[in-house]
Amino acid sequence: MSRLYVARNPRVAARSLDGEMMIMSARDSTLFTLNKTATILWQAADGATPLDEIVHQHICPRFEVEPAEALQDAETLARELAGHEILQISEEPIPTRNPVGESR
Amino acid sequence: MPQLTTEVNRLSLVIEIGDMPVRVHTADPQFLGMLQDRYAGFVSSSQQPEIEFDVDLTPARIADPNVPVRVTQRSRRWTFERGDFRAEWEPAARTGWIRQSANPYSIDAVLRILHTLVLARQGGFLLHSASAIRNGKAFLFAGVSEAGKTTISRLAPPDATLLTDEISYVRKHESGYTAYGTPFTGELAKLGENVSAPIAALYLLAKGSENRIDPLAPAEATRSLLANLLFFAEDEDLVQSIFHSAFDFVSRVPVSRLTFVPDARVWELIG
Repeated sequence: MSRLYVARNPRVAARSLDGEMMIMSARDSTLFTLNKTATILWQAADGATPLDEIVHQHICPRFEVEPAEALQDAETLARELAGHEILQISEEPIPTRNPVGESR
Repeated sequence: MPQLTTEVNRLSLVIEIGDMPVRVHTADPQFLGMLQDRYAGFVSSSQQPEIEFDVDLTPARIADPNVPVRVTQRSRRWTFERGDFRAEWEPAARTGWIRQSANPYSIDAVLRILHTLVLARQGGFLLHSASAIRNGKAFLFAGVSEAGKTTISRLAPPDATLLTDEISYVRKHESGYTAYGTPFTGELAKLGENVSAPIAALYLLAKGSENRIDPLAPAEATRSLLANLLFFAEDEDLVQSIFHSAFDFVSRVPVSRLTFVPDARVWELIG
């Protein structure tokens, strides 16, 4: 089974305030607010860590969920975020540049 | 031998909004007159416009009102397009052109787009909000359609100066943020006064059964501000700029929810 890699799209503006991650699309200025799981995914999406490792390291310990179920949910979420061009997903590691818009 | 060229009288006027004079050239005296009426109070005698636009009038045609505006940049030249107009602006040359029929709405849209682009680079923005000056301070009342922008504007007391009932003009200065009057009108169809004042507060409007002000947490305030910004450009740098401007604004200007019943007593809380 192939592994999935996720990376933050550098073409969005992103910033966290009071634990709430806000993201604005550079394509059409649409504003997104990420929930806790999506925020964890966003922050860990470095293009080099496979999604299953992100789930294992960052999601399972916080939500007391079965790894297989958590991975399935995370993959669905990653594809949804990719559909909004917030994340990039690939079956290969994704080279990234530092996102210029993010500050925490 | 017949004359090969025709001299066209070039007429113009300067429309100054937010301290930014824009000269508009046209060959049509009736269109010029329409602009003078439409932007009365914002027509300036400035001899040093920051930007000049040539308006090329075309025959009126039916445009699909649902076609969204597109604002794109290529080779340092901006293109603004909607069903009823096409415009280009080259910031380095400080010139541009607008192709539209002789109506006031198309050029109004072009000016709104132009100001969002200029402001974005300078830390300011246009905001879906009414605004007014009272006791030397400006107050912004933001909300989507039906939130109460027109109502709060209509209820403004005589000692309040209306800046706009629809789109507020926000500029960043070293000491804070300043709101300017705009000719961009909403349902009230009344031009704002061409004056400015430092912004004392931003209120998110909500109609309710009592008048009250509830401060908003920074995250909700920022989210609400971002949701009410006017911005059209498909441009990574400017989106980054306007996004971070919203955070800066919320860190400097108090943002609250203003719940109000639609009568004049709400203004007892303002100013």
